[in-house]
Amino acid sequence: MSVSVHPSDRFGVFGGKYVPETLIPALDELESAYAAAQNDPSFRAELSEMLSTYVGRPSPLSEAPRFSERIGARVLLKREDLNHTGAHKINNTVGQVLLARRMGKPRIIAETGAGQHGVATATVCARYGLECVVYMGEEDMRRQSLNVFRMRLMGATVVPVLSGTRTLKDATSEAIRDWVTNVNDTHYIIGSVVGPAPYPRMVRDFQSIIGVEARAQVLERVGRLPSSVVACVGGGSNAMGIFHPFIPDVEVELVGVEAAGEGLDTERHSASLTKGTPGVLHGALSYLLQDESGQVHPAHSVSAGLDYPGVGPEHSFLKDAGRATYVSVQDDEAMEGFRMLSRLEGIIPALESAHAVAWMSHECARWTADDIVLLCVSGRGDKDVAQVMELGILDV
Amino acid sequence: MASGLATISSNAIERRFVDLRAVSRKAFVPYVTAGHPDRSRSVALLQGLEAAGADIVEVGVPFSDPLADGAVIQASSQTALDQGIRFDQVLEIISEAKLSIPVVLFSYLNPLLRGGDDALKRAAEAGAHGVLVTDLPLGADPQLETWFAESPLDFIRLVAPTTPSDRMRQIAQTGSGFVYLISRLGVTGEQASLSAELPTTAARLRAATSLPLCIGFGIATPDQARAAAALGDGVVVGSAIVRAAAESVESAVALAVALRRGIDGA
Repeated sequence: MSVSVHPSDRFGVFGGKYVPETLIPALDELESAYAAAQNDPSFRAELSEMLSTYVGRPSPLSEAPRFSERIGARVLLKREDLNHTGAHKINNTVGQVLLARRMGKPRIIAETGAGQHGVATATVCARYGLECVVYMGEEDMRRQSLNVFRMRLMGATVVPVLSGTRTLKDATSEAIRDWVTNVNDTHYIIGSVVGPAPYPRMVRDFQSIIGVEARAQVLERVGRLPSSVVACVGGGSNAMGIFHPFIPDVEVELVGVEAAGEGLDTERHSASLTKGTPGVLHGALSYLLQDESGQVHPAHSVSAGLDYPGVGPEHSFLKDAGRATYVSVQDDEAMEGFRMLSRLEGIIPALESAHAVAWMSHECARWTADDIVLLCVSGRGDKDVAQVMELGILDV
Repeated sequence: MASGLATISSNAIERRFVDLRAVSRKAFVPYVTAGHPDRSRSVALLQGLEAAGADIVEVGVPFSDPLADGAVIQASSQTALDQGIRFDQVLEIISEAKLSIPVVLFSYLNPLLRGGDDALKRAAEAGAHGVLVTDLPLGADPQLETWFAESPLDFIRLVAPTTPSDRMRQIAQTGSGFVYLISRLGVTGEQASLSAELPTTAARLRAATSLPLCIGFGIATPDQARAAAALGDGVVVGSAIVRAAAESVESAVALAVALRRGIDGA
C-alpha cells in the first residue's frame, strides 16, 4: 500500500493533515505549488519586489531608550507595526496571494480575529483584483469595527460568524466549510502558523522575513546576537517568524507570551501552551484548550488576535523540545504594557504585542544591563484604541 | 477485502449488505446526533428509525467544532453538548436503544482520542459495529489509522468527489464494512438537487472497490434518495432527519418511512 506520509507534515509529533478527505487534493496541490514557487527565481523576485515597494520592508529596528531604562536591559524593537496595513500579517498574505495566482485560483477566503489578517488579505486581493471573502466572528466584528470598515472599503465581503463563541475559532471553522464547498476555484489564506500541513510551515516561511531581517539588523547594530527574543503568541505567526532564524543560535533565549486573560486559574484565558493538552483542531495536532472529553474549551483574551484555543504545531514542538519558553500575561497587565510603550516610546502597540511588552516589564529582575532583548512589535494599536476607550479601564 | 483486518470485525455490516443484495434492495442509513433533541428522545428516535426500516444507523458523537457539518448538525451537536452528552453518554444511548441493526459511530477525531485506548473496544461492547472519522483521511496518521483498522469496529472510510481514482482504491483497501461517498463538495446539509457530477464519481468509486458504497451529504427528500440509491448500495440521510427530530421524534420517523419508500422505489 503506497500511503504517502510526508515527514514535512510534522514538527516532532505535532502538526499533520487532519482534514476532511475533500481537501486532501487541494492541500497536495498547494504543497506542490509552494515547492515549485520556492525554486522559481521569478516568484522570489516578485515576492521580494512586493515586500519592498508595497509592504515597505525591511521594517526598521528601533532603539527603545526609555523603555530600556525602565526594565534595565537594552531593548530593540522590530517594527512590524510600520508595515503597510499596520501589522506583520501582510508578509504572509502577499506570499499566499502570489501562490494563488500561480495556481489559477480567482477567489480568496480568509478567517480573521482582530481583523489584521482580514485587512491584509483584503488589501493584497484589491492590489491583484481577486475576489475576497473574510469570515469574522460577530463578537470580533463588534470589537474591531474599524477593521471591518477597512476590509469593506477595499472591496472584500465580510461574513459574520454566529456559531460557537463567535470569535477566531469559529471564523476558522467557517472558512474551512467554505473551502470544502468551493475548493476548485478558491484558495484559503490561513493567517497564522496553524491548520493542516503545509500551512504551518509555509506561513512560518513567509513570516521568517521578520527574523531574518532582525537578526542581521541586530548583528549590524550591536555586533552580537540578542540574548533574548520576545514575541506574543496566539496562533503564533509573528513569534514563529521572528524565532525561526534564531533556532540554531542556541545561546539566544526564545520567549513566547500567551494571553492569560482573566487569570490562568480561571477558565477565561488563551494560554494553550501553558495550560492546554495535545489535541486535534483545525487540521493539526497541537496543544489545545480542551476538556477531558475532547471538547474544545472557549478561549478568552481582551485581545481578539490572541483569542484562540489552539496554537501553531511548531510552537508545541519548540515547547516540548525545550528550545522556546512560553509564559503568559493577563488582560489587565497587557493594558499596562499598552500604555507603557505608548508613554515611554511614542509607539502604540497592538494589544497582542502589548502582552510581550508587559511580560518584559514584569520580569525586570531577570534583566542585566548587558542583555540585548529583541521584541517583536507585531502590529500597531490604532485598531484597539476604540475598544480600550470603551472598556474604560485605562486611565489616560 | 485487501486487509485481513476485516476478519476480526463483527461482520454485521457486511452481512446486512449481502442480505440486501440477495433481495435487490438498497440500504437506508439515517444519521442522528446522539443526545439530540435530548437523551431519552434520542433513544426513542433510534428505535423509531429501526422500526421505519433503517438498515444501518449512523450515530453522531457531538463535537464542539464540527467543521465538516452544516448549520443543522452543528446546532444539534451543540444541543447535545449543552445537555452533557459526551462519548461515554453516546455509548450509553446506543446501549439503551438495543437495536438489532448495525450502528456506525460518526465522529471527529478529537473526542475519540480522549476516549482512551479502549474507546473503540468499549464502543463495540455498547453495540457499535463501525466507526467513521470525518477528519482522518488516508495517510494522515498511519498509527491512528491502524488503531481504527485493528479495532473490533469496521473502519468506514470516506471518499470525496475530489479524490483521484488511484487514491480511491487505496482508501477502500484500508477500510471495511462499506465506503462512504461524499456526494458533493461541501459540508452536510440539505440541497435542492444532487450534484451533476455524482454519477461519474460513483462509477469511479465502483471501479475502485468491491466494498458496498453508501452515498451521503445533501440528500434530503425521497426523490433524491431514490436517485442516489440507483448509483450505490445505500443512502445516508442526515440533516433532514435531524431537522425533523428537532420538531418531534414522530416527524423524523415519518420522514424515515417516506425515505425508505423512496429508496425501495429505486
